[in-house]
Amino acid sequence: MAVVFEKTKMLTDTPFHYCPGCTHGIIHRLVAECVEELGMQNQCVGVAPVGCAVFAYNYFNCDMMEAAHGRAPAVATGCKRVHPENLVFTYQGDGDLASIGCAEITHAATRGEKITAVFINNAIYGMTGGQMAPTSLPGQVTTTSPYGRDVNSAGYPIRMSEMLATLNGPAYIARVSVHDVPHIIQAKKAIKKAFEYQLAGKGFSMVEVLSTCPTNWGMTPQDALKWLVDNMIPYYPLGVMKDIGTEKEGE
Amino acid sequence: MGKKMLMKGNEAIAEAAIQAGCHYFFGYPITPQSQVPEYMSKRLPQVGGTFLQAESEVAAINMIYGAAGSGARSMTSSSSPGVSLKQEGISYIACAELPCLIVNMVRSGPGLGGIQPSQGDYFQATRGGGHGDYYMPVLAPASVQEAVELTQLALDLADMYRTPAMLLGDGLIGQMMEPVEMPDYKPYKKLPEKTWAATGWDGKRERAIINSLIIEPDRLEKHLHHLDEKWNRIRAEECRWQEEMTEDAEIVIAAYGTTARVCRSAMRMARAEGIKVGLLRPITLWPFPYDALSRLADTADKFLTVEMSLGQMVEDVRLAVNGKKPVEFYGRFGGVVPTVREVLNKIKAMKEGK
Repeated sequence: MAVVFEKTKMLTDTPFHYCPGCTHGIIHRLVAECVEELGMQNQCVGVAPVGCAVFAYNYFNCDMMEAAHGRAPAVATGCKRVHPENLVFTYQGDGDLASIGCAEITHAATRGEKITAVFINNAIYGMTGGQMAPTSLPGQVTTTSPYGRDVNSAGYPIRMSEMLATLNGPAYIARVSVHDVPHIIQAKKAIKKAFEYQLAGKGFSMVEVLSTCPTNWGMTPQDALKWLVDNMIPYYPLGVMKDIGTEKEGE
Repeated sequence: MGKKMLMKGNEAIAEAAIQAGCHYFFGYPITPQSQVPEYMSKRLPQVGGTFLQAESEVAAINMIYGAAGSGARSMTSSSSPGVSLKQEGISYIACAELPCLIVNMVRSGPGLGGIQPSQGDYFQATRGGGHGDYYMPVLAPASVQEAVELTQLALDLADMYRTPAMLLGDGLIGQMMEPVEMPDYKPYKKLPEKTWAATGWDGKRERAIINSLIIEPDRLEKHLHHLDEKWNRIRAEECRWQEEMTEDAEIVIAAYGTTARVCRSAMRMARAEGIKVGLLRPITLWPFPYDALSRLADTADKFLTVEMSLGQMVEDVRLAVNGKKPVEFYGRFGGVVPTVREVLNKIKAMKEGK
């Protein structure tokens, strides 16, 4: 019988530990498929974060490093500088990348470090049980903003993609979503492009993926997808924030 | 090489590391060690290496995690407040068993403290420094020449045992200029291949996972047993110290780094006045030469520990002497270096039983 679909070899057979309805699994598969399709599975090192994806090294079927909270871009920098021929990516959540690791991601970006950050933004701290994230929306109820995020006290959610796109170092920065099939296909294209730019030595690349957390949002998976569309996308508009390829074409 | 040159300690350390094949440096400026990154930024491009000025000490130590995890000889350097910032990363590196060199050119603290020499980071260096159960070899040079030799040895020990290693210099070692001969580097022993490094997986070996997360208590306990066995091997095989005139000494001084040189001069002056003084200088602060001091407790009458701190190593000296003989302490701190005359006066007072 003809094989019409196979799981990518870039994922191990270890079952994901993620909650039902969480979109990490989809994003893992997109990243893994892109690495395989680029023929880089033998020359790839991934850097896992602290957060829900802390065990990503059990899933991505390549050499992996587990970084301290927020430090994945620094670890990836050391890794890439030693083996510049390798495809090096970080996989980081919003607490990891946009809060405790804000300095590391910003400086990796401005150095034009030839690494790719896959940034999962689900507007909440998942692993520690639903605390307020730097990306939690105004008014969003979390375990550390029980009355809703009060911007007068907790400040405003941070738009990392827009912020990093102001720097000269990044080659490609895009925000995508995985709430339905067309957007999943677009997300994969963005991740692949980010990897291709890295391999071409163009500079730093990052893909921010809007993601759901049904468990800590307290919703069904379907409601969570709807909440993402209705609430996250208006604050975090999808699109390409920076692409030096198109900039050059425009000149 | 082989010819004598006049070099500043910080620069000599950097050159010694390069000679030993350490071609990846990640660091951040801080007084009094900034000549290390400055020298590295000039020299490493000449040998095809990588110098990167990180955005912080935190980032620098995590770049080391990445580079060491990729199998490269790598180092960072800093001074006390900066080394405090690196401690989280050092703890991860110790657990993940990554070989690397950390240079701490100690300045006076606590807090921002001052920029003059100190030995106030002894506790931090010899007790791991970060969170959790771990140690690392800590080497304390007393001259620029010895700083060169111990830099290369520290890199070897790191590779030999898959551990971070620290070169702990009081600020004077980094800042002073002395004649130095750069040795032709040879590893002190045959070093193991880094088959565990994350270099890209071809399916022919086990997948490399550089990691310090071991969430199941049984597995973490097993890993800690493994680390403990390693620390014990280092204790048994890598302890280094120097003794001078201890055979007939009534008073044995324990001192390390620059302070040991001050004490050596005081010892000679005391000897000239007929007081039998000896000197034990730990070269490895961890592992500490407990056995050597314990043996001297059988022959000497009194011990004196001299430090540029409020008294840190003196606790290890007391552990070694174990109540057999009195252990006294003399310290200057806050960036003040003890003088030969002060130490000599202390020796005389001890001799007279004051």
